[in-house]
Amino acid sequence: MIENLFFMNGFGLYVWSAFTFTLLSFFTLFLVIKIQYNKEKNKFIAKFGSLNSEKAAFAKSQSINKEILSNTSNV
Amino acid sequence: MFKYFEPNKIFSITSKAPKYVLFLFIVILSIGLTEALILSPEDYKQSHSVRIMYVHVPAAWISLGIFSAITFLSIVGYIFKIRNFFLIAKSLAPSGLVFNIIALVTGSIWGKPTWGTWWAWDARITSMLILALFYLMYLVAWRIFEDNDKVFKVTSIITILGIINVPIIKYSVDWWNTLHQPASINILSKSSIHISMLFPLLTMTAAFALFSILIFLMKYNTELIKIKNKGLDRL
Repeated sequence: MIENLFFMNGFGLYVWSAFTFTLLSFFTLFLVIKIQYNKEKNKFIAKFGSLNSEKAAFAKSQSINKEILSNTSNV
Repeated sequence: MFKYFEPNKIFSITSKAPKYVLFLFIVILSIGLTEALILSPEDYKQSHSVRIMYVHVPAAWISLGIFSAITFLSIVGYIFKIRNFFLIAKSLAPSGLVFNIIALVTGSIWGKPTWGTWWAWDARITSMLILALFYLMYLVAWRIFEDNDKVFKVTSIITILGIINVPIIKYSVDWWNTLHQPASINILSKSSIHISMLFPLLTMTAAFALFSILIFLMKYNTELIKIKNKGLDRL
């Protein structure tokens, strides 16, 4: 059964190549988007940290900024 | 109605959703892969090479669906001046392009054992390649133009021109003599595909759709944070 799963009557190379390419593309895209997300988020946290208390309080009054700062365990 | 699409309102949802979507995607993909590679039967003509259909067809469907959605969002966004629609459209594009490339590459791999060639300049394959070029033009336009009004205008034009190609892709197998087989699944009439193959196909389509939602959410959140970064610079 295992042999059949790999060789698939001689079509194994084609089938496995197609599935591998698909999953590799998924993984690469996920990784690229994740890196971009982390980069922007770290930039935001660094910029927020450099604000003085008055500007920081004003920025924090916006709910979306609070969400970005609190949401550290994102995918 | 459009006020519900304001980034400030939906970020609290879009920032939390990816981890749940990722979990669901992994579960559905695992079921789909088991069905596609192990449980589904081989075809009486194409033997096991038919299994490539389970990645090729969903990828093609979703790339076409995403381009249609991008066009709709761009047109409505342009008419009603809703900036967030452009942001949603921009966030959908990367997964649309990747699905388009997957459809082309897996189609090429499927073509070799079925037709005896990796590539043929037939109507369906060529029109799918043209769609990939429109995706590329769309993404490059976002990189080239910095002025919002200009980028909204240019990307809208690209999508309007590109959407003309979508019905051509769909009906190319009916309008011209192509190597590509006609559609086996029809929403309005009886499908010619057996349930034992239809079920894995739909499961893989659901998994691919979840992946595109996941990438969309992550990209959309990135774009919102980018805007907020610019906002902090102005403080």
